[in-house]
Amino acid sequence: MIISNSSYNLKNSKFLNHFIIILKENPITFFAFLMLFFFLICAIFGPYIVPYDPLETNAKIALQPPSINHLFGTDNLGRDVFSRVIVATRLDLTISVLAVLMSFIIGSVLGAIAGYWGGWLDVFLSRILDTIMAFPLFVLAMGIVAALGNTIENIIYATAIINIPFYARLVRAEVNIRREASFVHAAKMAGNSEIKILAIHIFPNTLPPMMVQVSLNLGWAILNAAGLSFIGLGVRPPTPEWGIMVAEGANFIISGEWWLALFPGLWLMIAVLTFNLLGDGLRDIFDPRKRL
Amino acid sequence: MLSVQNLNVTFNTRKGVVNAVEGISFNLKKGEILGIVGESGSGKSVTCFALMKILDQTGVIKANEIVYSGMDLQNASEKEMIDIRGREISMIFQNPRTSLNPIRKIGKQIEDVLKQHSQANRYNAKQKAIEALKAVKIKNPENRYYSYPFELSGGMCQRVVCAIALACDPRLLIADEPTTGLDITTQKAVMDLIKDLIISRNMSSIFITHDLGLASEYCDRIIVMKDGHIVEKGLTHDIFTSPKHPYTHKLVNATPRPGKSIRSLLPSEIKKQEVQHTIQKETIIEVRNLSKFFPGQFGPIHAVKNISFKIKKGESVGLVGESGCGKSTTSGILSRLIDASEGEIIFDKQNISSLTSKNFSKNPIRSDIQMVFQDATESLNPRYTARQSISDPLKNLTNMNNEKINTKVIEASNLVGLPLNLLDRLPHQLSGGQKARVGIARAIILSPKLLILDEPTASLDVSIQAIILNLLVDLRAKLGMSYLFVSHDLHVVQLLCDYIIVMKDGVIIEQGNSHQIISNPKENYTKSLLEASPKPPKITKAS
Repeated sequence: MIISNSSYNLKNSKFLNHFIIILKENPITFFAFLMLFFFLICAIFGPYIVPYDPLETNAKIALQPPSINHLFGTDNLGRDVFSRVIVATRLDLTISVLAVLMSFIIGSVLGAIAGYWGGWLDVFLSRILDTIMAFPLFVLAMGIVAALGNTIENIIYATAIINIPFYARLVRAEVNIRREASFVHAAKMAGNSEIKILAIHIFPNTLPPMMVQVSLNLGWAILNAAGLSFIGLGVRPPTPEWGIMVAEGANFIISGEWWLALFPGLWLMIAVLTFNLLGDGLRDIFDPRKRL
Repeated sequence: MLSVQNLNVTFNTRKGVVNAVEGISFNLKKGEILGIVGESGSGKSVTCFALMKILDQTGVIKANEIVYSGMDLQNASEKEMIDIRGREISMIFQNPRTSLNPIRKIGKQIEDVLKQHSQANRYNAKQKAIEALKAVKIKNPENRYYSYPFELSGGMCQRVVCAIALACDPRLLIADEPTTGLDITTQKAVMDLIKDLIISRNMSSIFITHDLGLASEYCDRIIVMKDGHIVEKGLTHDIFTSPKHPYTHKLVNATPRPGKSIRSLLPSEIKKQEVQHTIQKETIIEVRNLSKFFPGQFGPIHAVKNISFKIKKGESVGLVGESGCGKSTTSGILSRLIDASEGEIIFDKQNISSLTSKNFSKNPIRSDIQMVFQDATESLNPRYTARQSISDPLKNLTNMNNEKINTKVIEASNLVGLPLNLLDRLPHQLSGGQKARVGIARAIILSPKLLILDEPTASLDVSIQAIILNLLVDLRAKLGMSYLFVSHDLHVVQLLCDYIIVMKDGVIIEQGNSHQIISNPKENYTKSLLEASPKPPKITKAS
């Protein structure tokens, strides 16, 4: 028992060391993780740390430009744009993380099956995925939300469905090239069942490239959710959400109130950038070969 | 012609600065073939990459002098180097398949080099390329000009690489392990060709290899490298007959050749008593009229045709042949990873030919037939620690609890000589020899009755190969296993095996006691295999 315990601790500290080395090695990764940490803080503590209630209207201070009191200015109903931008983080991140998680799981299962067993199963699954990919994805998402109903859950489902093919294709390719690797033969000799070989021996080895896809996808998913809200699907006002805020603010740009659309848009951009930069770092963390 | 004085190459890595090559000096005369010999990691390839200035970005070259016929290579600009590479100094790389562009016709690839160095123009390029193919003795060069690399065999590809390297008539040819991965008869053909070309064109050559036998046959002078240093240099004959440095002595000793026993490969300080294994009368596995065919474009392709043989309990049988002869398919069928098309396999009096490979993992016989794979690196799951890899069979095929598994793993690691502190390392943190030990530990942990060894030493250095082969001999004596040893190298096989089967094109052409096969082969093919393997001279004087 002692031996297994110590090896467990060793493994944990090794992982932490590995993480620190990767952060040190690449300043961009370090910056990305710092930004991710910032967004996570906003998402978790947002409602408690913002100076104003994001839903409280005050006609007296409507449409004020950015100032010390209102960093990002106020909107047409006198709500504090800064507070609304920060509070919206939680909703936007939740939508993107849940959507990506769903497409990751479903896509991995479908792709792994298609890649490992091949044959007619592969042809069948691949053609279904091709069909999904053949649609303009945003229009497909619009259609799904319009058909299922205008709720946050349905935005998540729609975002997940349009992303499934990307995961499935990646996993399929990665599983396919490892199917005949000799460590897989060795696993067969060790008496592993087919499913165990696929799930325990092959699939974890596909994680490093998958992580790049995940982080890029988190960014897309945020954009997608914001895009749907922008055209009036999904999240409804007055809920603070970056997409709606940009949509509402867009009406005021002509009359000179630029801050209404600019700041939520900027935040959206920074969030997407963060996830895009995160990719390489995440891949290295999940790749045991990068460990010393 | 080439003079290198005090060459140092360092790499900046995560672990700090690594000295790959330290203070190397050598000269190369005109018309001379210089062999650089050493084991992996000795810095022999890095030395030549430094000469060509094709190191990674992290590599730093420092030297007192690198002069090639009056040109200072150390301070040459990249533009000047481009001019020198290919025209003055050419290089042949390790893997012929990866050093050719897979989607470009080979004729065009030769033309590229010719045009780069203005040796040909649009009008005569094709003709010159065909001449270059002719020079490396490629049959039917007019048609081969239009071939893609994948349409050619490994030996043909290496000939094309030679043609590219020699197209512009360079004065110096650097060959970096040009024959690794090639069959032994192809190796001989390619090496003979390279040597002929070098002599007929009066070129100089640096020949890098880990195979001392090969170096002894083709080089005039030899440099032995270890850990980035030159440990010994001298005339080929002297190096072999009277090696001065203990490391050279160890290397020469560890090279298998006719007349050597398996124990004599080891250096004297770790040499152990010879152990005998007993061969019993009962048969452990019998193969009757086994065939395997794969569906092909023009009807089925026979990988294995109607073969039959027996392995007795405790016996070691060698399966020898060149690539494509069906030996891997045979070992795959016996290890029950592939299903045979026809024929019977009787294991320990049970007919197991009806069991499909798909369901075999649940069969109790699974733990009786185990396998050691060709490439130790590839056969280990990159995410598994050595402990996880070794214990995987126990977790699946026995009902042992964690504590018992742990003791078994330690027991197996001790048997194969794997230090216990390495058990929690991942494959990439282990050396080649250590990975081979992990692979063997995994295979023997279930105490199998039949162990299939698929070229277990093919990717290892000679000194490690000697140790692993001896380890296998010890294990056989201790555990009473039968071996099926698959290899292309007859000299390695005869060291270990009692009985040898020679395969060619899917059929067994000769089988018999190993002594008989080696000393008195009947078939011409077996003779050609024996002849093609390099024969280094014996040590006459002790160090």
